[in-house]
Amino acid sequence: MPPTLETALTAVRERFGVEPAGEDPKRPVDARHLVVSVPVERWVELAGFARDTLGCLYFCHLTAVDWKAEGLDVVCRVENLEAGLGLTMKTRIPPDAPCPSLTGLYRGALWMERECFDLFGIAFTGHPDLRRLLLPEDWEGHPLRKDYAVDTPHPPYR
Amino acid sequence: MKIPTPKIPPAEWEEFKDLQEWVKHRQERIDGDQTSETFAALADRLEHFPGGWLMVASTDKLFNWARKSSIWPVTFGLACCAIEMMATFASRFDVERFGMVPWASPRHADLMIVSGTVTIKMAPMLKRIYEQMADPKWCISMGSCANSGGPFRHGYHVVKGVDRVVPVDVYVPGCPPTPESLMFGILKLQERVGEFQRTGHRSAPAPAPD
Repeated sequence: MPPTLETALTAVRERFGVEPAGEDPKRPVDARHLVVSVPVERWVELAGFARDTLGCLYFCHLTAVDWKAEGLDVVCRVENLEAGLGLTMKTRIPPDAPCPSLTGLYRGALWMERECFDLFGIAFTGHPDLRRLLLPEDWEGHPLRKDYAVDTPHPPYR
Repeated sequence: MKIPTPKIPPAEWEEFKDLQEWVKHRQERIDGDQTSETFAALADRLEHFPGGWLMVASTDKLFNWARKSSIWPVTFGLACCAIEMMATFASRFDVERFGMVPWASPRHADLMIVSGTVTIKMAPMLKRIYEQMADPKWCISMGSCANSGGPFRHGYHVVKGVDRVVPVDVYVPGCPPTPESLMFGILKLQERVGEFQRTGHRSAPAPAPD
């Protein structure tokens, strides 16, 4: 039986003890835009819960947000296409701290986490092949970090 | 069964630390790669023979006419400018009347139209393709991105102008340039090819009209 908005909200509250938010705080919570924030210790547990209990089989994307000294937000969105349910998962890690990998649960996380490592420098523990995806392999630094100097010289072309 | 892996020799650009070094090397190679000394001596004699300059000059004219009437561009589309380049090659703005045939092999081409954004990751491949072209060869930088980096100039990954990678003869401005602009650039290049000298050196740029 596919989960509805009410059953999903109840399940998240019971399991994690947090209130799911909407994308926009001014509007009521929508089943397509649930946002759940958890500490990093429960990150894999939340993904497993989303896949098995809520039936979110479609891995949409995984990215990060740099909040400078406060750390980085790892943001991941999964969807249950039959039930019209979308779940955005968030966790906060300190700068230069590792994050557990979701590759054991979702195949689609393989390249997404490689890209996230490439551009943000987050080391995903448990990832089988954590190499750079987009930039050249001899690139220095991670360009989407806020402390990355854009004018970093790259000989011989700059 | 073990699949054989092809052995690719390292590209020439890998030995150089910066562009100035590469340009110096390339200039030395061009200087050392001229017509043989016998031929140069013969041409010199012929030129100083009474009336011989007529023959040399007309041969120059003939060769340059042949060169500029059959410029084959290697298709090097990188971004949205490539759409305009394809439109230029297509039937409406038919460049085949200038003798241009878009060719998918650098070995047969005389001209490289760099149409689009050159990223730092793409620059070594671009340089390698340019080096695979046979001399004499020319390069047109098409669009703002290839000219200077364009709107992506302040990004972390874009080469700020393709002239940092290969020597450029004609810059075509625009974002993207219309086919008419590119055709104007091609005609400018033809003028430039018409000044190409017998020895293979580029001629001095024409003085600016007053």
